Amino acid sequence: MLLKELTQLNGVAGCESAVREFIMEKIALYADDITVDTMGNLIAFKKGSGKSGKKIALCAHMDEVGFIVSGITDDGYIKFKPVGGIDERILLSKRVTIGKDKISGVIGIKAVHLSTPEEREAVVKQKDMYIDIGAKDKESAEEVVALGDYIAFDSDYLEFGNGKIKAKAIDDRAGCAILIECMKKDYTNDMYFCFTVQEETGLKGAAIVAHRLQLDAAFIVESTTAADVPGLEEHEYATSLGSGPAITVMDGASNSSKALNNYIFDLANENNIKYQLKRTVFGGNDARAFATRGGACATAAISLPCRYIHSPVCIADMADFELTMSLVQAIAENSWKLGGII
Amino acid sequence: MELLKKLTQTPSPSGNEDGIRDIIKSEVEKFADDVFTDALGSLIVHIKGNGKRAMICAHADEIGVMVTFIDEKGFLRFAPVGGLDKYCCLYQRVRFSNGAVGVVGYEEAIEDMKELKLSNMYIDIGAKNKEEAEKIVSIGDMAVFSGDMETAGDHIISKALDNRIGVYILIDVIKHIKNSPYDLYFVFSSQEEVGLRGAKGAGFDVNPDIALAVDVTDTGDTPNCKRMAVKMGDGACIKVMDKSVICSKSVRDCLTDVAEGKDIKVQYEVLDCGGTDAGAMQLTRGGVLTGAVSVPTRYIHTPSEMVNINDVNECIRLIGAFLEKNMFGEQL
Repeated sequence: MLLKELTQLNGVAGCESAVREFIMEKIALYADDITVDTMGNLIAFKKGSGKSGKKIALCAHMDEVGFIVSGITDDGYIKFKPVGGIDERILLSKRVTIGKDKISGVIGIKAVHLSTPEEREAVVKQKDMYIDIGAKDKESAEEVVALGDYIAFDSDYLEFGNGKIKAKAIDDRAGCAILIECMKKDYTNDMYFCFTVQEETGLKGAAIVAHRLQLDAAFIVESTTAADVPGLEEHEYATSLGSGPAITVMDGASNSSKALNNYIFDLANENNIKYQLKRTVFGGNDARAFATRGGACATAAISLPCRYIHSPVCIADMADFELTMSLVQAIAENSWKLGGII
Repeated sequence: MELLKKLTQTPSPSGNEDGIRDIIKSEVEKFADDVFTDALGSLIVHIKGNGKRAMICAHADEIGVMVTFIDEKGFLRFAPVGGLDKYCCLYQRVRFSNGAVGVVGYEEAIEDMKELKLSNMYIDIGAKNKEEAEKIVSIGDMAVFSGDMETAGDHIISKALDNRIGVYILIDVIKHIKNSPYDLYFVFSSQEEVGLRGAKGAGFDVNPDIALAVDVTDTGDTPNCKRMAVKMGDGACIKVMDKSVICSKSVRDCLTDVAEGKDIKVQYEVLDCGGTDAGAMQLTRGGVLTGAVSVPTRYIHTPSEMVNINDVNECIRLIGAFLEKNMFGEQL
């Protein structure tokens, strides 16, 4: 299963090669052209069967949040820094893997017996944490880990509950999985499939792709915060699990094109695909880069709602995933109509 | 004044600039070689010339609110569109593009107003329940604050003078420009208030040699306000710097020169916070010579923004004179 395989790969922002190679292998048969740029973005092109006016792309980012090795102590513990937005409260006692060889480690802190009551009240700062890889000293740690190695969460893919899945990096391997599936079909319109790098550290890969392709329309297939959890009131939920793909009107980084959103709503209604609107305006995604960095381009974002996003235990709903896939598929199939819309 | 009234009173929250675009288009169409709207909603007015490309930009959007949730009793929850002051929202009227009107209230259980957050405020559109409210508005709909246009002496008070006054100025410049050495692109940009988005896209497409932004700026002349050199009534502002841009010195100097030559009243502006489309245009492609002209404005981002009509006229004269002089002179 694609989503399972993809979430088990490590691709912390700046080090997406494992994900990119996997995707390239899966799409090789279906692409007319594949380009990897100097940053590592993967751009696949599929020639349409008809005459095509508009330059249209589906986009997903390959990278995930994680860490980077910033030091090794004399005792052989690994000091680290975050890559992308991570809440330091979730880090303690989490399993991670380091570098290409996936060296196992655990994020540690001194045991409860040794901590003062005040320490137990306070949030432990990320800079005070370390990763224990079971090394006996600095020298033996250095044999397997080097400064600058990337660190990813270590978390199994698990199907559980009422059609739910748990994994790391659902943001945005879900988008990657959907794009790979979409590449297997043929379309009337020429289509670009963009798998970008370094989204989590500032939409950096997408800016380069946008400049290269100078698109007319970009559909961003993403994962977004689900906030249907205790501690929030219903009017504060961004999206909810089980209510279908979330369509963005506006977030902290871009305004979706009204024309593209209406196109999506119509397709969803025609095909009986349940969807929801994203109901907060925080966050942002590659849409910002695609909208502006290669000239004005219409963008829209279709997102899989995901609880505990940016953690090793992202939870999503399989039915939502299937619906998101169907909607994105419909968007690609009907994209030849966009000529009259944008 | 009728035009300015129409411009300020037409709702145009970021990303929903359709109404204002239509008005601008009908005003400038007969003076332009080409008028078109780009994918982000910016209106681009091209007046052909043989010289270097100049992009003159005023944003056409304004701050507002977006509906994020409708409760069982028909009250709306909302998110800000642009830089919204939470206290300033209280008990203001908001207007949707379909004409629906609402009042912003807050959960009265809050005792200390310091606790006030946008998430515990709501909009009351007079609906009896959710069903009735949903007939009037949908999640994702945007509204703007109400604020009639009035005059007080030499001053104009209205909502959305940020940046309809800039739009008004550019329309006037378009109508009167003659003998410009430039290939002129006037851009009425979208989505400035949410991060200079329209100007970024249009900047890339227009690919200008020189760019000028026209927007409002704060003043430092009200009781016990933050210190700032700009005064109402002291003329057009030539921007030196704000949070988004350090203006190109050559553009600044050219603006100063033409002002001196034509006896136009100007003052220099250094703005501590806030940015303009100049920031976006300057960083387009390989970098663009960029400047900005600002209108001194009090009470920005409130329903009662205030400008001085004499300052507005000086801005019109300054931009007109600037566009008639070839900044690149001998280089050509």
